[in-house]
Parts: sequence; structure tokens; C-alpha cells
Amino acid sequence: MSTQPKLAVWKFASCDGCQLSLLDCEDEILAVSDAVQIANFAEATRHVEPGPYDLSLVEGSITTPHDAERIREVRAQSRHLITIGACATAGGIQALRNYRDVSEMASVVYASPQYIDTLATSTPVSDHVKVDFELRGCPINKHQLLEVILAFLHRRKPVVSSESVCVECKLRGNICVMTAHGTPCLGPVTHAGCGAICPAYNRGCYGCFGPKETPNTAALAAQWKTLGASSGEILRAFRSFNGYADAFREESLKHE
Amino acid sequence: MTPSSVQSILERSRLQDLFDVLHRRGYAVIGPTVRDRAIVCEELRSAAELPEGWGDLQEGGSYRLQRRPDKALFGFAVPTNSWKEWLHPKRLKLLDAHRNPDGSLRFTPGDEDDPPKLAFLGARSCELHAIAIQDRVFLGGAFTDPHYAKRRAAVLIIATNCGTSGGTCFCVSMNTGPKVNRERTPFDIALTELLDESGHRFLLEAGSEAGAVILGELPVRAATESEVTAAETLVANTANRMGRSLDTHRLPETLLANLEHPRWKEVADRCLNCANCTMVCPTCFCTTVEDVTHLTGDHAERWRRWDSCFNLDFTRMHGGPARQSGQSRYRQWLTHKLATWHEQFGSSGCVGCGRCISWCPVGIDLTEEVRALRSP
Repeated sequence: MSTQPKLAVWKFASCDGCQLSLLDCEDEILAVSDAVQIANFAEATRHVEPGPYDLSLVEGSITTPHDAERIREVRAQSRHLITIGACATAGGIQALRNYRDVSEMASVVYASPQYIDTLATSTPVSDHVKVDFELRGCPINKHQLLEVILAFLHRRKPVVSSESVCVECKLRGNICVMTAHGTPCLGPVTHAGCGAICPAYNRGCYGCFGPKETPNTAALAAQWKTLGASSGEILRAFRSFNGYADAFREESLKHE
Repeated sequence: MTPSSVQSILERSRLQDLFDVLHRRGYAVIGPTVRDRAIVCEELRSAAELPEGWGDLQEGGSYRLQRRPDKALFGFAVPTNSWKEWLHPKRLKLLDAHRNPDGSLRFTPGDEDDPPKLAFLGARSCELHAIAIQDRVFLGGAFTDPHYAKRRAAVLIIATNCGTSGGTCFCVSMNTGPKVNRERTPFDIALTELLDESGHRFLLEAGSEAGAVILGELPVRAATESEVTAAETLVANTANRMGRSLDTHRLPETLLANLEHPRWKEVADRCLNCANCTMVCPTCFCTTVEDVTHLTGDHAERWRRWDSCFNLDFTRMHGGPARQSGQSRYRQWLTHKLATWHEQFGSSGCVGCGRCISWCPVGIDLTEEVRALRSP
């Protein structure tokens, strides 16, 4: 029997993009599979080892009564549980339902809505069970995912900073799109991790990694107005992939 | 040959000769150029990459590149980035750790290579003061930073007297410019750009032996008296056109006597604590250290990278970060920069370059904050 830590990857309501980040670790995936036993990862292999698992990576949000039960089962058989991506950490883009009447939307979309058994909300995993670490991003950054797995293997704190995207812009040598171009950007309130991709291509940050530590969303929204953004634009900017994360949700509500 | 106050003229058309001499002597030239609608300092291969005919319009939270009516090469205030990134790298590997087959550990330093020889072309007086401040920070005390020391020793400084001031400049208030001063902040060559009916040329002055040798290899002629006067008038006019001012009279005492002033809360309501001001500041020097391990478990690396007092982790200790509120972090930054820096390093930490004002996404202006903090 293997003495390697057992890794499981679980999917809830999500697009699978974050799990793909693990498969996308092409150069490192063999080393990962040497370091851990991939015991349950449906996207990679149909072979499933029974639990318990040393490390569970959970993708996706909780949107059905069945999933609300299933996440408790996952937690029960996982020594460590790490959520990956905006869905699992903040409810994802599907949390837009939290601002609407789900049964009304279901009646518009589905011919037979009575077959739809869904919760009124899409919520992060941490609303349901204890989470040991949340890795942000839509999608997550594969280097950060490797870092989190490594930190877990070596029993150390992951080097994942919750500072602003601005710091990443400056480290990368990007010109600030907000001050030099007048482009509204969510970077000053957004959690680092992507490497400041959008500003590197002269676009404002879309907030894919959700709120940074102590985000001052009100001050940023006021500056967006100065730059000519409408309330509707501000609302939609804050209410996207991480629109149900506390700071972004609260700011978006002010612009309804 | 000793440095002299003899001033020479290099024609604009022969500026490439300066690049050629520097390249022949093994220097990479770091200087201003236009990228992504801003003037940035980068490695330049030729004089053609200088920002000819470009100026900038800088205000609180706003920077706009602007066409000038002339073909000046140094006709802007200060570039986006400061020279510190070449002396105090953004990321630096401190060490590698290897696990030997017998389980023992072996450590090797991560920054052993000789640094490249760099020529800083176009450093302003405020920026020379910023370098002098970082010299004190990294080299002035009992414990010096070897990474900074070796990079600093490999730098040749070709300074520029400012012919233009920016909307957020206040070097006159900080007594750091706009004219370079060999006695206070050494340079190798100082350059003043002259652009008038008599042509486009540079008044050059050697500030060191190395600078004098380089000047000796350039196709220069002696400057006329009127050219020397024209250069002096130009810099004097720049001094009279500062976009901002800061009253430094008893500033440390005043700030430290007002640590509970209501203005701190007011500015914290606007501050994004995004850290931009500290990243662009030419004197801010704080770093954090991060360890990375490899998948095999046989190799680890220790890296140093720029950090900021606006980041929560900067003061994280057992029990959590010491400065949790944005208010405490802004107050720490401003009082360190303008007050406690004096007792720590013997000068203000601010050189009046204005970058923290221009590049603050919400345009927080420390000169305005100080004015507000001075009033009850």
C-alpha cells in the first residue's frame, strides 16, 4: 500500500476550468503524481481509491440540496480541504442567482421546471463546511495551485499573498492603466495571484481573484465615477465571477 | 585628470556617440523611453529610443503623455519608475538549499554573479538624492546590504538638470533639486539640454574622473558663456514652476504631535491601501522574504521581493497583523517618510519627485495631507 498522501479532486457547480489547471501542469504533473497518490480525480482517471483522503481540492459552489449534503461527506473523509477557484471560494458567476428569484428564472429557462431541484442561492463551500485554505481565481493560477499542494506536502504556509493586483503590476513593470490611460480598473481592490495579466495588455482588471485583504471598494467606486463610469457599469464590474464575495457584494448593492 | 567645472557642448546629432562610448566601455545604458503611453526607464540600445518630443502632464492620480512643441529628449518631469529597481531588485534569489543523498543540507548563495555595469542616463537631482538616501539605508549602518553595494558600485550616473517641472514636483521644498549639485550628490556627468534658435545641444559637466574620461572621448567643444548662462536660467526657471510645495518647517515634530488628528481617518477613507505609492517611491526599500520548495523535496529557494507597509502581511506576527486598519498603515507610511526617517537615517525620506501623488489611483496628495494635518 502506498505511503504517499492521497489526493482527491471534487467537482461541484463549476465549469471545470480550475481542475483543468491541475492537468495543465504539464511539466510538473508527473512530479505531482510521484509526490502524491491521485486517489480520486474523475477528470483525469476513472480509477477511484476509497477515502479517507489526506488532501481534497474542491472546485465549484453549492447550488443543490444534494451538493449541500455531498460537501459534508467530502469534508468528513478529508484530512485537509482546500477550495479552488471563484465558485468554491465565493459562489462563482452562478451566484448572480442570489440577486434574483430562482424559481422564476427556472420557469423561463426550462420547459418542465418541476424537475429542477435547486437551492435559491449559489454559495461558497466555506458557508457549509470548514475550509483549511481558499485558493482564489477564475480560473486559479496553476503555479499557485502547485505552491499550495507543495506547502501542504511540506507542512508549511503557502506563499500566496492577499495584497492588491497593483503590487503585481509594479513588479511586472506594467504602466498603471488607471492613472496613465484613465481606464477603470479593479486592481486596487483585487487579490493578487494572476500576475496582473489584463493591465499588461492595457486592460483594466476584472477582479477574477476576488477582493484583496482590506479592500476599499467605496473609494475605488468613487474614482471610477470620476473616470466616467456609470452606476450600472460599477455594479456589473463588482458583480461578476466574485460578485457574491462579501466586499464585492456589498459594493454592488450600493449601485443598484 | 580631476573633475573640473569646465563645461562642454555635445550636439544633439552626436548624442549617439555617448551611447557608443558607454557601450564600448561595457556599460548597458538605462534611460527614458516611451512605452504604453508613459515614459519609463529601460535599457536603451541607442539614442533613437529616447522620448524625443514627448512631455508629461502629471496631477494627482493622473499621468498623461503629451506631445511637446519641440524635439526635446528630456522634456518631461520624472519617468514612471525610479532607478531603485536596478540597485535594489524587485526580486532577488538569496539562497538555494539542497538536500544531499545522506540527508544533510547544503546552502549556496543566490546572488553571486557580478552585476552588469549600468549607466543611468537622465537621472534627475531628486533621483540622485533618492539614491543617496538608499545608500544610507543599505550601506550606512553597521550591517550593509551586499546585493545593493555591488550593484551600486557598478553604476555610472549621467544626471540631467531639469528643464521642465511636473504638476506634482516639489523638489524645491525638499531642497533636492532641480539642479544637480556635485557636493551633495555625486554624479559622473551632468547634462543640461539646450534647445533654442542656436540649435539642439547638451551642456556637459564632468563630476568624476570616470565622467571626465568619457567626456574626453566625445566630440565636444567648449561651451560659450551664453550657453552656460542659458543652462542656469533654464534650471532657475524650472525651480520657479514647481507644481506642488510642502512646508517642511518643524515637520517631524508636527506630524508626531498629531498622531490622533482626525485627518488620518479622512485620508484612510480614500486610501485604497493598494501599495502603489510605496512601489513607485524612489526611497521606499521594504522587502519580504519567501521560501519556495520543489516538488521533489530536495531543493528549496529563498527569495527576497519588494513589499509594502500597506500590505497586511507586512506586520503579521503571532496573533495577526499589527497595523490592521488602513488608517494605521497610511499614518505609518507618511510619518516614517516625513518624520521618523530623520532620526533613523538623518534626512527626510521624501525627495519631492511627486510619483506617489501621480500614481495614486485615487490621487491622494501627501503635500495636501500635510497641510491638513498642520491645521487643527
